Amino acid sequence: MTGRRFDAMVIGGGLVGSAIAWGLRREGLSVALLDEGDAAFRASRGNFGLVWVQSKGLGAPWYQRWTRQSAESWPGLADDLAKQNGLSLGLSQPGGLHLCLSDREMNKRAERLEQMKREAGNYGFEYRMLDAREARDLLPGLGPAVVGASFTPYDGHVSPLALLRSRHQGFTALGGVYLPNVKITGIATAPRNFLLETNLGTIQAERAVLAAGLGNAKLAPHFGLKAPVRPQRGQVLVTERTRAALPMPTTTIRQTGEGSIMLGDSVEEVGFDTRQSQPVMAEIAHRAALCFPWIGRLNVVRAWSALRVMSPDGLPIYD
Amino acid sequence: MFRTRPDHRTETVQVIVEGRALMVPEGSSAAAAILLAGLASIRETAVSGSPRLPWCMMGICFDCLTEIDGVANRQACMVPVAVGMRIARQHGARDVPR
Amino acid sequence: MNLVPVKAPQAPRKFDLAIVGAGPSGMAAAIAAREFGLSVLVVDENAAPGGQVFRAAELAGADPALARDMAPGLELIARFRALDVTYRPGATLWMLDPDTGTLSLSCLNETMEFVAERILLATGAQERPVPIPGWTLPGVMSAGAAQIALKTAGMVPSGRVVLAGQGPLMWLLANQLIRAGVMPVLVETRTQPILRTALEQGGIFSGFAQLTKGIGLILKARQSGMRVISGARHLRAEGAARVQSLRFEGGFEPCDTLLLHEGVIPSTHISMAIGLEHFWDARQLCWRPRLDVFGASTHARIAVAGDGAVIGGWEAAVASGQLAALDAAFRLGRMAQAARDFQAEASADALLQARTLRPFLDALYAPSHEILAPPEESTIICRCEEVTAGSLRWAAAIGATGPNQAKAYLRCGMGPCQGRLCGPTVAAVIAETRNVPVEEVGHFRPRAPYKPITVQELAGAQHGADRLS
Repeated sequence: MTGRRFDAMVIGGGLVGSAIAWGLRREGLSVALLDEGDAAFRASRGNFGLVWVQSKGLGAPWYQRWTRQSAESWPGLADDLAKQNGLSLGLSQPGGLHLCLSDREMNKRAERLEQMKREAGNYGFEYRMLDAREARDLLPGLGPAVVGASFTPYDGHVSPLALLRSRHQGFTALGGVYLPNVKITGIATAPRNFLLETNLGTIQAERAVLAAGLGNAKLAPHFGLKAPVRPQRGQVLVTERTRAALPMPTTTIRQTGEGSIMLGDSVEEVGFDTRQSQPVMAEIAHRAALCFPWIGRLNVVRAWSALRVMSPDGLPIYD
Repeated sequence: MFRTRPDHRTETVQVIVEGRALMVPEGSSAAAAILLAGLASIRETAVSGSPRLPWCMMGICFDCLTEIDGVANRQACMVPVAVGMRIARQHGARDVPR
Repeated sequence: MNLVPVKAPQAPRKFDLAIVGAGPSGMAAAIAAREFGLSVLVVDENAAPGGQVFRAAELAGADPALARDMAPGLELIARFRALDVTYRPGATLWMLDPDTGTLSLSCLNETMEFVAERILLATGAQERPVPIPGWTLPGVMSAGAAQIALKTAGMVPSGRVVLAGQGPLMWLLANQLIRAGVMPVLVETRTQPILRTALEQGGIFSGFAQLTKGIGLILKARQSGMRVISGARHLRAEGAARVQSLRFEGGFEPCDTLLLHEGVIPSTHISMAIGLEHFWDARQLCWRPRLDVFGASTHARIAVAGDGAVIGGWEAAVASGQLAALDAAFRLGRMAQAARDFQAEASADALLQARTLRPFLDALYAPSHEILAPPEESTIICRCEEVTAGSLRWAAAIGATGPNQAKAYLRCGMGPCQGRLCGPTVAAVIAETRNVPVEEVGHFRPRAPYKPITVQELAGAQHGADRLS
């Protein structure tokens, strides 16, 4: 395959890239979706699966607003995708809790959410600080170590893997060209004419979308852009399936549609290193067992570490 | 369906399989006890509810997950029997009391 | 429930050499390492030493069905038992940090840590999956499973027993069952002709003793009146609530227990999880860690010996364990390089001798394509998550270039076995669908915990002072 030409090419086949590629294809463009191979970093595969509002956009009201709007458009999106692919994304938005294990954590949390409410202005921001008893009513089985929680009704969760599959499936079904195992060896840009030299031959398009996650940091300068993103490691533990139900997700614990309980979410600045570290895994497990002693009795059947795509200030980059 | 050869393995251990006392040879695993008890299955899967019995007996396949001494999802082929051990079938996903 | 401090965390105990697995290679390595004065830790999942080949040999040694096969193991086990080593049976290694040499173990619901300068993985082999239609039915087991039941508990399948598949283990098990009073029917799937394969692969003269033993097993089983059906294809296990029969092209065999076997492959779960480099062995059709002649891997602290390195049988495992121990002594500064190389010669010769018949056996018992990549769409490949061959082909077609992406789409390999069993099949089906070699498709990336441990145990690994009570 040499010298293929498209209306648009999207570099990166994760959740962002495949969604954009799908959208462009739906608008009738010929689209190539360029992806890495099986062993890529792929933040999409490591994602925890929260559709989360209550922690997003402190000090950045615009980001808080977008997050809310984005969460609100999720049910429509999930319905659409289910209709197209017959695949449930397991979306559930019952609201969510952030659990606090000390009075200090509780006070800090209250201050933070009060600030978000202030910054939301007329857009509004509904939240409640719950004492231990109120939190226990919402989440039976909370441990005695939990002193309280914050609640917002906007939060929820979804299966990121089902979403990824649905996107790839949908894009291919619409006639998009999915090109995995691509290695870019050269880039040449001109107005409305972007050309990539790759191991699959030359790929050319009028429009290019950079959705390569951490790869964007290196790609962007070739296109006259800046994307100073860095890797931030997060580790996740997953338990065996259980019938005991967790009615709503918390910031670090959620139950999947299959019944597994996912435990997260750690933050480590260790560069491009996806190894696991036992102390961090133990800390995640420790905190989870404190929050829900019954989770302590479940087996961890899977665990992983993956890299978040983080901007310098943790906010979206708009150039 | 399995049977013992009592002439060659004389030492036995009493365990309780699905509430029924059963003498099994010393050295048996809990999975072996289930096979000797002649149960139709050791568990029903959490995915589809289909019945399973052990496949590998050496800790690889996890098809022998079952309840041992009140704890669900134990890898029965890796658990040696002990006197009075209670082994029970497991139905679907595990439940944990809260 | 309260957090009650029970014990203070203590620094993990240190060893010169930690050996994971107390089978032939692990025991031989421990014996050799003690000769060189190394402090040795041996951890093993089973209750007694012996590995799978000499599983429960101390119990099974007196069983007339097994005595002759267990004899060489008993001697090895006795020498191992007499050693001054720290031996932890019944312990599961759930995480290994190769950079710090830390082994995290779970033993009777407690986690413990040890540290070692050198670590030898002697984790042995596992049976290749045999994903035929109906292989999840109760009553269908691997042949190795029945052999383990016989070794550990002296028990045998009752009713009609069918052995189906191929490989040296089939004939060995057939003989053991016959000696134990069970007459099975053998449905052999071998497609390669014996004589031509032997001439092509060689090794039959230098491997004469092994060959004689193998032929002896075949003759003995046939003389005992065992019915053998040869060249069977398109196997399927049939039955409603449990297996009732084995069907194959041109035949049908009623059974109460169906034992399947298509050879063994190295257990690479841990060696892959810690990031050792592996390569595809096109002859043995499996992934293997890349090792030097002493078993040293691509990580400076880690070596691999025995069937976990390359399938060679117990005699080869013993020799490779000795070589790894020699190298450990050298790397720890207890032995000069020249002394290591001099002492290595005997083990290297033994290794060569033990492996001489392998090319012939590998070629003779090469699994057919339908075993590697089941053609029927509804055949279950991942037993844990019940993922079928058909859905895998679909996933490969829409863009899964390897097992990890297929896992993200379909959940194959996400269950408690973590892809140990389905890994080879998932890769083979993707390779076939995308028309690329298996080595290009790759393999699952296993992660810790290598075996399930409770959230509480994992928490205890760090918070040794705290116990939920």
